[in-house]
Amino acid sequence: MLEVRRIEVAYGQVQALFGLSLAVGPGEILCLLGRNGAGKTTTLKAIMNHLPLRSGQIILDGVDISRLPADRIPRLGIGYIPQGRRLFSELSVAENLEIGLMAGGSGREVRETVLGLFPRLQERLRQQASTLSGGEQQMLAFARALCIQPKILLLDEPTEGLQPSMIALIQDMVARMKRRNVAIVLVEQRVDAVLSLADNVAFIEDGRNRETLPAVELADDQERLARYVGV
Amino acid sequence: MDFGPHLILATLEGAITAAVISLTAVGLSIVFGIMRIVNVAHGEFFMLGAIIAWWVATAVGGHPAVGFVVAILVAPATVGVIAAATDWLVLRRITYDPERTIVATIGLLYIIQQATLMTFGPDARPVEPPFNRRLAIPWVEFGDGGLSLVWPWGLGTTSYKLAVIVAAVVILTALWLVMKRTRLGLIMRATQLDSEMAMAFGIPVTRVYAVVFGLGAGLAALGAVLIVPVQQAHYLMGGDPLLLSFIAVIIGGLGSLPGTLVAAVLIGLSDGIISVFFSPTLAKILATLLVAFVLVFRPEGLFGRRKT
Repeated sequence: MLEVRRIEVAYGQVQALFGLSLAVGPGEILCLLGRNGAGKTTTLKAIMNHLPLRSGQIILDGVDISRLPADRIPRLGIGYIPQGRRLFSELSVAENLEIGLMAGGSGREVRETVLGLFPRLQERLRQQASTLSGGEQQMLAFARALCIQPKILLLDEPTEGLQPSMIALIQDMVARMKRRNVAIVLVEQRVDAVLSLADNVAFIEDGRNRETLPAVELADDQERLARYVGV
Repeated sequence: MDFGPHLILATLEGAITAAVISLTAVGLSIVFGIMRIVNVAHGEFFMLGAIIAWWVATAVGGHPAVGFVVAILVAPATVGVIAAATDWLVLRRITYDPERTIVATIGLLYIIQQATLMTFGPDARPVEPPFNRRLAIPWVEFGDGGLSLVWPWGLGTTSYKLAVIVAAVVILTALWLVMKRTRLGLIMRATQLDSEMAMAFGIPVTRVYAVVFGLGAGLAALGAVLIVPVQQAHYLMGGDPLLLSFIAVIIGGLGSLPGTLVAAVLIGLSDGIISVFFSPTLAKILATLLVAFVLVFRPEGLFGRRKT
């Protein structure tokens, strides 16, 4: 479904990704694990075309999308929940959702479905996004991405800074998307969450995908986890 | 004339300046707020609006109202298209880099100004107002017989000048409704808040920028069309509106539309009043001094948000 082929990305003169490759299929959760600065967030930004590729390709359903304008990517069904949520802070909850609905060309029924998944947002539709609690903001970031009816979801540390009940809610939502056959690329620092959710784990180090392994093989492989993420 | 009637007259003149500066400054503020660039050529788009209005009104002929109506439709739209094309041809190619944009718009300022001088000439030319009825303004006097209404000689205005103030209020209200109640406004506000995330949700940011740059210039041109029956069109007329608009945008808070509007009204009123009682130069000096104070004591402007 989504294949990243030997991409190279740089911030000005500083190269961040060196021929990184990975692939994820429908209903699959691929987790990117690695230390800070390894290139995980850069990989997601490259898939969204927020960073130009120096070389390599991003293939979606057999089509190279790496040269498309960034605003075309969500219309192909790729949803993005960035690190730190990055809501449109001065817009209301309803307006944030409206932006997502516009991107997906979705209508009222999608909005109702999404609000059904997050009833707390229904009560706060007129509230400014910046005044929501951290957990509610993450719900809104999730809901906004779901409004485009994604077939691929890119999540960058969605549980960062959340209380345990909210982490459970987000993990439940990720699992629910997987059951709906959505392909998920997840950047996550919490190894327990990774091992319980992911199908495959890609270990990112120095801008390269060192190896990709099934998550079930990693539960007892503390040595490998320690080597790549210091656990 | 006594001080009271004189003050009313000065306030009316100030209100007209405030109306025009509000339109121009809000245009500048929209461009800065959404695109994060400083458009030094904004005053030239104002001037271009006035010049095109003169051309159109002259070409149409007939009753002044017909020419004026065509001018108010054609001039802002033409200036908006020129600005959007400029965005496409110049600003987009320098990736909206703030420093390079300033240099590019300074160049644009001279290109527009000199091209106008070469084609329109150095003379100031009037556009006839669509209507211009003289209106006397009453004043209250306290005499032996108690309070009485008098009509002091020279205390008056014209129906057109009042219409300029009303038109500015209507246009700014319509703009507020577009920004708050329409899909286009939502797209512009989302782009202003986070352009990268706007792209991540399918908003074509470069096209939004072209629309915003055109809209900002169009608002300046609209202000010029409204004022040109009062002030006349001239190729150097863009300087004062640019200065006063910058002052309003800085005092109001960079990118804050309500702040810019309040500041524009204050600056316009004070400019009119000080110009009538003292001199226009003193009005500009005081306004610039006020900017200096704001920059020293409240750099985020009166309505801007303090960075934490």
